[in-house]
Parts: sequence; structure tokens; C-alpha cells
Amino acid sequence: MPQVDTHCPYCALQCGMTLDGARVTPRDFPVNAGGLCQKGWTAGSLLTSPRRLTTPMIRVDGALEPVSWDFALDFVARRLQDLQRDHGPDAVAIFGGGGLTNEKAYLLGKFARVALGTSQIDYNGRFCMSSAAAAGIKAFGADRGMPFPVTDLKNADVVLLAGANPAETMPPFTQHLRGTDLIVVDPRRTPTAELASLHLAPAPGTDLALALGILHAVVEGGHLDQSYVDDRTGGFAEMWRIAASWWPERAERVCGVSAADMRLAAAKLAAARNAYVLTARGAEQHATGTATVGGWINLALSLGLPGRPGSGYGCLTGQGNGQGGREHGQKADQLPGYRKLEDPAAREYVAGVWGVEPESLPGPGRSASELLEALGQENGPKALMVFGSNVVVSAPRSERVQDRLSSLDFLVVADFVLSDTAAMADVVLPVTQWAEEDGTLTNLEGRVLLRRKALDPPVGVRSDLDVLNGLANRLGQPENRFPADAETVFEELRIASKGGIADYSGVSYERLRNGEALHWPVPENEHPGTPRMFLESFAHPDGRARFVPVEHTGPAELPDDEFPLQATTGRVLQHYQSGAQTRLIDELNDVVPEAFVEVHPDTAKRAGLEEGDPARIRSRRGETVAKVRFVQSLRPDLVFVPFHFPGEQRANLFTNPALDPVSRMPEFKVCAVSLSTVDGAA
Amino acid sequence: MSPREVVIVGYGMAGARLADEIRRRDPIAERVRLTVLGAEKHAAYNRVLLSAVVAGGMSAESVRLHDDEWAARHNIDLRLGVDVTRIDREKRCVELGDGACVDYDALVLATGANPWIPPVEGLEAGPGVVAFRSLDDCAKILDAARFGAPVAVLGGGLLGLEAARGLAGRGNQVTVVHPLGHVMERQLDAAAGHVLARQLTDMGVTFKFGATAARYLPGDGLKLDDGTLVPADLVVVAAGVRAETSLAVDAGLDVDLGILVDDTLRTSDGRIHALGDCARHPGAPAGLIQPAWEQAGVLADVLTGTNAAARYRGTTAVTRLKARGIDLAALGETQLDAGTPDAEVLTFNDPTGGRYGKLVVRGNRVTGAILLGLPDAAASITQFHDRGTPLPDDRLGVLLGRALPTGSAPAASPADLPAAAVICRCNNVTKGRLIEAWKAGATDTPALARATRATTGCGGCTDAVGGIANWLAAQ
Repeated sequence: MPQVDTHCPYCALQCGMTLDGARVTPRDFPVNAGGLCQKGWTAGSLLTSPRRLTTPMIRVDGALEPVSWDFALDFVARRLQDLQRDHGPDAVAIFGGGGLTNEKAYLLGKFARVALGTSQIDYNGRFCMSSAAAAGIKAFGADRGMPFPVTDLKNADVVLLAGANPAETMPPFTQHLRGTDLIVVDPRRTPTAELASLHLAPAPGTDLALALGILHAVVEGGHLDQSYVDDRTGGFAEMWRIAASWWPERAERVCGVSAADMRLAAAKLAAARNAYVLTARGAEQHATGTATVGGWINLALSLGLPGRPGSGYGCLTGQGNGQGGREHGQKADQLPGYRKLEDPAAREYVAGVWGVEPESLPGPGRSASELLEALGQENGPKALMVFGSNVVVSAPRSERVQDRLSSLDFLVVADFVLSDTAAMADVVLPVTQWAEEDGTLTNLEGRVLLRRKALDPPVGVRSDLDVLNGLANRLGQPENRFPADAETVFEELRIASKGGIADYSGVSYERLRNGEALHWPVPENEHPGTPRMFLESFAHPDGRARFVPVEHTGPAELPDDEFPLQATTGRVLQHYQSGAQTRLIDELNDVVPEAFVEVHPDTAKRAGLEEGDPARIRSRRGETVAKVRFVQSLRPDLVFVPFHFPGEQRANLFTNPALDPVSRMPEFKVCAVSLSTVDGAA
Repeated sequence: MSPREVVIVGYGMAGARLADEIRRRDPIAERVRLTVLGAEKHAAYNRVLLSAVVAGGMSAESVRLHDDEWAARHNIDLRLGVDVTRIDREKRCVELGDGACVDYDALVLATGANPWIPPVEGLEAGPGVVAFRSLDDCAKILDAARFGAPVAVLGGGLLGLEAARGLAGRGNQVTVVHPLGHVMERQLDAAAGHVLARQLTDMGVTFKFGATAARYLPGDGLKLDDGTLVPADLVVVAAGVRAETSLAVDAGLDVDLGILVDDTLRTSDGRIHALGDCARHPGAPAGLIQPAWEQAGVLADVLTGTNAAARYRGTTAVTRLKARGIDLAALGETQLDAGTPDAEVLTFNDPTGGRYGKLVVRGNRVTGAILLGLPDAAASITQFHDRGTPLPDDRLGVLLGRALPTGSAPAASPADLPAAAVICRCNNVTKGRLIEAWKAGATDTPALARATRATTGCGGCTDAVGGIANWLAAQ
């Protein structure tokens, strides 16, 4: 095959790259401007890895045995039908992922609701940016992570990053921050914080108090953009009644950031001609994540940033297709085009596209965490099909997740490596990797991208679309209802999304092949796309953005005598998500081969730990073992553990499954723990 | 089951907060029917922000606690401009100025405190005399303090200094008259007081220490006891407050400087509670809002029955001066000297820089601190204090608010870097790897990039890689 221009398989930045077979070279594309991080450079090596799966497997007497595709699909279809016959349609659940293409996310939602008739479908985006999505919808009426192109950031005077560490999580992104005055909010002094002129380090779980304090300082300093507030927003007065009680000195006592720095941040943002407020997982992954992101959006609104050319608010989406994956129906309460499953008009329209009766579509089901918790329970699903996700590592309180998975009657996992979750499955289906299939993704700025097939998959491997097609046919669906060809699925997605918030109807493979830069909504075939949203009006019916009244309440679990420290989790540059892929790439794994715990030297020594010692991090949920790394700049009451590692090194063994009431996001970013030697008591 | 009648006397910060807390626990008035009686005609406001109003940052509107629809929205019978004349404990009702009675099952006194006006001849009745306590006072101050006009502030405590700083910032000639030897003597030691006064002096404030006013001459100024005249078109009185206890005294409740309350905020009559500035609880520092808010939470639990076990155990206060350009925090035991047994006392005194730091440590925990001009330390030491976190060994770093550099200074030249130093983070390229590649023929940045991928991520290390190439070429 000739060289093919495509995009990186990992994060939402979707760096442009060229593939020559499995060989990667960087490509000049707006988001990465020719840059690639070590993950991108080495992405091709997994294509030829001997550790990838090439044959379907079924568990026989405890061991996974190779079988033919026909045998595997027949077996799966029969088991699903049996379980649904005995326990009803909701006995089968589906768990998707934010790395799946738009076509797969779309077809998975359709498969659940039409072929299986189950309401039980959700995905790992709940563990990612669902809080930002919920807050964005409340504030603006629509959620597109960055409602402006990434390249706009270059012209900003000031950028505030709240809970984002792009220097490690999406390194080429930081090119767009060069030359801007950077304010970074993070409890840790991360490589991103090192780039900042002002690093605000709140205690974990107190970000909202900080946002309220800065907003208060904006008003106190006379920086409120009154005409913008009057002309383009609603709800300021009600929001201010709360923010008024967060004068910076009070916020300081809660969050530990000095009142002087809050005033400085407010003054910097206010003095900028162009400024952006961007949030990421640090703000979102809390039981109060939606409110916390709402607090940062309120700050941006008070300064008149959103919907103004050259300024704005945005969320740095994490997973490769974290944006598109949350728009087309693999979410429990959603239909394609970012439509609501409960909206009768949406049901009628989408049912029409699918050729079924609106009444036949099930209602909203459980969100990801609740779905995992319900598995194998009396009223919960008996079977689970997992696509593009590794919940044994990535979900909170993972020992419990493992326990729930083992209580299932039937677990099917489609993946290209034997992930920790696949290793537990009754049936494992080997699927294609990104370079072996066509498909579209929507990057963090809402631009729809075509990833093109660059090489043939190994013999024995099929695409996820193929799998859904084969199963749907066996479940009695008409032959053409679940196409296996990506472009055909996309043509249907265009129609299904038409008129929705995320309207893709004007996007086509042909336009994408021609290199057009199409940011949704693209409501017509000739429409140029919408790189910058909200310039004229916001997506609420009255065209105004909303200040949302939010109050700081703090972490769900506070330290006490038994668990006196706080733990936070996050990423390292070399690994992606659960590490199922990147841990198989030697060049990456050699750099960070195992879990570590960052800890202040004094705190470590008090626990009898030296640099490099294995340490036990214990919470009410469970315990993790990781090697000690001294970090002098860390708060003495905080430890940090990356979550990419399996087995007893899983950070999610100790994380808190407390959920955000709106987004159903678990509290990955803060919980109470103790630290000890592996043989000693805490 | 019918809801209980709860009557709150006082619609200041404490009364308003209590009403909010009750309705948060009982949104549709199933448990409690709520009546709030306010003496002032306007809605409750945030007293903490009054210094910002005087300084010019906030409008009167923006310090309001509630909008006009608040009471109706929350099923609260709010009566403003009401004079409560008597509590009838037998009949369980309060009598109003117009003769009406309001029955209660539980009564809450949130009557606050009044400014204390020192017994100075001419001061009580004089025009141009304003206490610094209410929103109306702020309006009067702003009205009377014309640009450039002389103003005297009676009292060099927290509130007096906030007023003085605000007025000086507006261009007034401000003199602070303080009877003691240094400012904020309750919270600060003498050294800190002197540094603070010096800073305020640099901002245009004049101090008269150890001085008391003898006579007020309207239109002229304050005559001090040493005979000097402090010119003043306006006198701002900030000489402290007295709890408003008259209703409680008349009703025969136990009062000693404030209405005495227990851990459930009960007075000596079990059906009458008190909170905020009018109440006196052994663990509550006077004059701050935080105790009142914490008490409101506990009392709402108790009155609504949502948590009968709720108790108020006291508040550890952190004093923060809200004055533009000055950053001051004081907490815990601040008057100890170095050499106090069982305590480490660290001090750092920099009058020229306007900085003073004092840290008191017992058993590796912070028990007191004064931090002036050290905002980072103020923030982090407060956290150590509130959370009881063991202090790092680097005490000086704690006192200054930043960890001191350990080990060697940053490398000035590539020669000083160890071979294992990561130059390109995005692609994990070390100095050693670059040297290898250079020796293998990659002698400029593009060639090094091709050989090692350094600079090909975010590009932030391009200069460093070029520097290494040049250094190697010069070897």
C-alpha cells in the first residue's frame, strides 16, 4: 500500500501522521504542526506486535481456546438470546469507549436499542469528560469541547488551564500556548505548571472554591464585563449571591491558594485582550465535577470570554474520539446527533431513520458506574459486551468491578490485545486497529477527521462493525440494517444526526478526503462547517449563556486519623489510559514500566519509606502497591499515583466511586488514603 | 404533623444564614415554619465586604445576601423594619413595636452587635461621626469623606485599619488614633504591629499611638488627651463592638458580655437560642463571621431535627486583614517569644520589605502564626494549621511559603548536566543519547531530531538541543 495520511490512535488532539505500512512519520496538521510525542512515534509498533489477538477465543474449562469466527458469533448470539429470553431484554448490557470511531459508536447504540432492545448501554466517557459536557450544556446549551480551533489559542494573551497537564497528556498541544501568559491550576507542580507564569495549587477537591474566589476577585477588582453580562447571559445575580460569599481570603482558607494569587489571576485575565479558560480531567473527575466546571465557566462568562472571537472557554477532551464518542448514541440517555433519548421528537426521527417504531426504542439506562455495579445483581444485566474499553483497570474501585464481572453469566470483549478485561471474558473477539480500517473521529475542537486504512489487518481479525453486522444478522435483523462498511455507516449517521445539536449531515468522506476542515455543526452539503461556535448567540432557545449557581462542597471523602493523606490519580506521558496498548510497546514501557507513587520526602520518611521502596497506598476501598518517588514540590498531605498499570498496581483499587449527581462521573481525583511500607501497618 | 414555629430575631449575616441553612434542610417548610424579623428596612447584606465598598470595589447591590423574592421563594415570613420590644417567655411570643405578637415554638436571637462609641465629649451626638458597621454607615462615610478631606479613625484594630486603608486609597488624609502602643494588638505581636503600621504609613496613613480622644469639635477635628488636634471632617469610630443583648437581659436570660449559649446554641431558656455576635460561646472568637456560619449550620440541624446530634464545638479563627496592597494573616498563639518551652518560635522581620513572619510549632504542628507580606506562606501555613498536617523539616521554607532549593543550582551550561538528564520530555531523549547521536554524525539540531526525535513533540527543547550541539562542537 502507498503512504497514507492519517491520525494518531491515542488522545483527542489527533495529531496528523503519515503511515508507510506500520512506519510512522509526523505530518504537518494544524493541531500538531508536525509534532508527535513518544506515544505517537511508536504507535505503529503495536500493529505488528506478536501480542495482538488474531483469532476469536472461547473459554473452555477455564482457558481461552481458539475457535472460528462463525462458531464464536453463533455462540455469542445464542447465549445473548437465551439470556434475554429468560431475563428480559435488559439482561444484556453494552459498554463502549471514547476511542471508538463515530461509526462504531453510532452503530453500537443502534445495535443495543434495535438488535438487542436493551436500555443498558453506556461507555467510558463517563470516566473522562462527562462533567464538562454536562456543564457546557447547562451554560451554553451545547457541548463541543473546544468551540473554536486549537490554533486560535496562539493569539491569546492569557490562557488559564484548570486541571490540565497537556505537557504530558498531549505534548504537541503546548505549541499553541507558546507566547501566551499561562496560568495553571493543579495541586501538583506538573511539567505544564512549570511552563506557567502563575501556578495555582489548590488542595485536591477544592478547585471550585478557587474558581469562586477568582470570580469574586474579578468583581471586586471592577473587572466584570457588565455589558456582556447584560447582553449575552442570564443568571448572574443568582450566581453572584453565592460567589459573593467567597471573598478571596475565605477561598484561600479552603483551597490553600493565596488570595493575592487569586487577585493576580483575575487581573491578568481581565487585562488580556484575548483570553481563554480551559478545563480538563482535574476539574471534571470529581463527585462535584459538573459544578466545578460550571465555576470555571462562570469565571469565563464574567470576563466576557465565551462566544467572542479570539477568546473563550473550552474543555480539553481526553480520549481519541472523546468528542464524537459522546454524540452519537453509545451514552445511556442519548440518540445520534447529541439528541436526548427521552425527547419524543428525537425518538420519532431516529426511529424513522432506523426503520423501526419509536415505541420499540428502550428508554434511558444506567450510567457507566451504575451499570458496572448492577452486573450480575438480581435486577442487573447477566451479560456484558465490552468494546474499546478496559474497565478492570479504568473504573473506580476496580476490585469491586472485577467482582461484578465475575458474577456475570456471560462476558464478551472485543479488543485487539488481551486487555485485563478481555482476560476475564467468556468470549474474546479480535478486532482491527486504527490503521487497518476506515473511520471518522471528531477531535477536541469538534473537527471531523477521516482516519484511512493504511494496511491490511492480520488474517483472522475483523472490524468492530463487522462483528456487529454478524451478530445483528444472527439476532434476526435485516441484512442491511447494520452495515459493515464504515462509509455506509457514516452515510446513515449523517441522516440520523441531521437537525441535532451535533449535526454531521453536511460531512461526507469525499469532503474529508479532499482535506476540508469541517467542524460541526455542518447542516448542509455545501456548508463550510462551524469552526467557531456561539459568536452570534449561544445554543439556548433565548440565545443567551447561563451563569449556573454553584456552591463549593468539597471532596466526598475527607482525611481522618486512619487515612490521613489525600491521593490523586493521573497520567504519564508514555502511557495511554489503562495502558493495555502502551504497556505492550517496549520503547514506552521501558521508560515507565510500573506504577509509582509521588510523595513528599518528609511524608515518605515518616512512613519509613525511602526513594524506590515499594509502598502500600490504602483506602477504604482497597490498596495499591507502587514504588516511591520523592517529589519535593508536592504538598506533604498528598500522594499521586498514575492509573495506567494492572493487577495490584491499579490506582483504581483505592479510588472513590462517589458519583457526580449530574454527569455520573466518579471521584478519581481525590480520596483519603494511608501510606505505609508493604509489610508494615499504615 | 404540623411544622414548628421558628422565629428568628435579626436579619443580619447570622440570621440570614440560619434561614438559608434551615431551608436547605427543609425546602418546602414541612418541618419548620419560619418567621424572620429584621430591624433594618433593607435586605440582609454581607458585612465582610463593607471594607470593599468603602475602598470602592463593590457596589451596595453586590453585597446583598438575598434578592427581593428570596423570602417568598423559600416560604419565609420576612418582616423588615420591625422593632421587637419584648420576649414573653411564658406565652412564648415576641412583642413588636406596633403591639402585635409573634408566637414561637423556638426563638432564635440573632441581634448582632453594636459599635461601641467611646465616651468622648461631643462624639456621641456630633455630626460627621460614623461608626463602621452597617451599609448605611458606608454610605455616610462615602458621602462625607470628600476627596482629599481629613478623616480621623478611632481605633487601630482590624476594622479601623481596613477603613483607614480604604479611605487613604480614595485620597483622604487619614489619621488613626489608637490608645495602645501598636496596631491590632489582639492578633499581632509588637514587631508585626510596627511593620504593619510602617506599611500603612507608606500608604499615607498617620498614626497616633498611646493616644485617646478628649473632645470632638465638629467641623474642626479631634482634640487628643495630649492637647494635639487631629483635623477631621469625618470621624470613623472603630473602637470595638458590644453584643446586642437587651432583649435577652430583659427576658432574664443569662448574659455575660453576650448571651450565653451551649453547644446546641441554647440559652438558659431551652426554647430560646442565640448565635452570631450577640451570643457568647466559649469556643467562638468574637467579631468574625465564620463562627456565626458554623453555628447556623449546627442550629439548623437542631431546629429542623435533621441531625439531633449536631454540636458546635468552637471555631479556630484566622484573622485576615482585607486591605488593598497588604497581605496579613494571623492565627492561633501569636504572642509567644522565642525561648518558650515546648514550642519552636521562628520569626523573620523585614520592616523595609514590609514583611514579617512568625511561626509557632508544637509537636510538629502549627499552633500559631503571623504572616505579613508573605501571601504564599499565609495560604499554606493556614492549611497546615487547619488540617493538622505534620510540618516538613524545612521550617524556613514553610515560613517563607516556598520550598528552598535543595542540591545543586540549575545547570548554567550543558556541561553541568548529568548524562541521564532528560532534554526532550515529549520523546524521552537524554543528554547522553544526544551525545551518542552527535558522535555518530548528527551535528546540528535537524540531524539530532532525525536521529533521536528530540524537539519533535512540543518543540520546547529546541534551544536546549541546539545548545548541546554547539557545546559539543566547541569541545
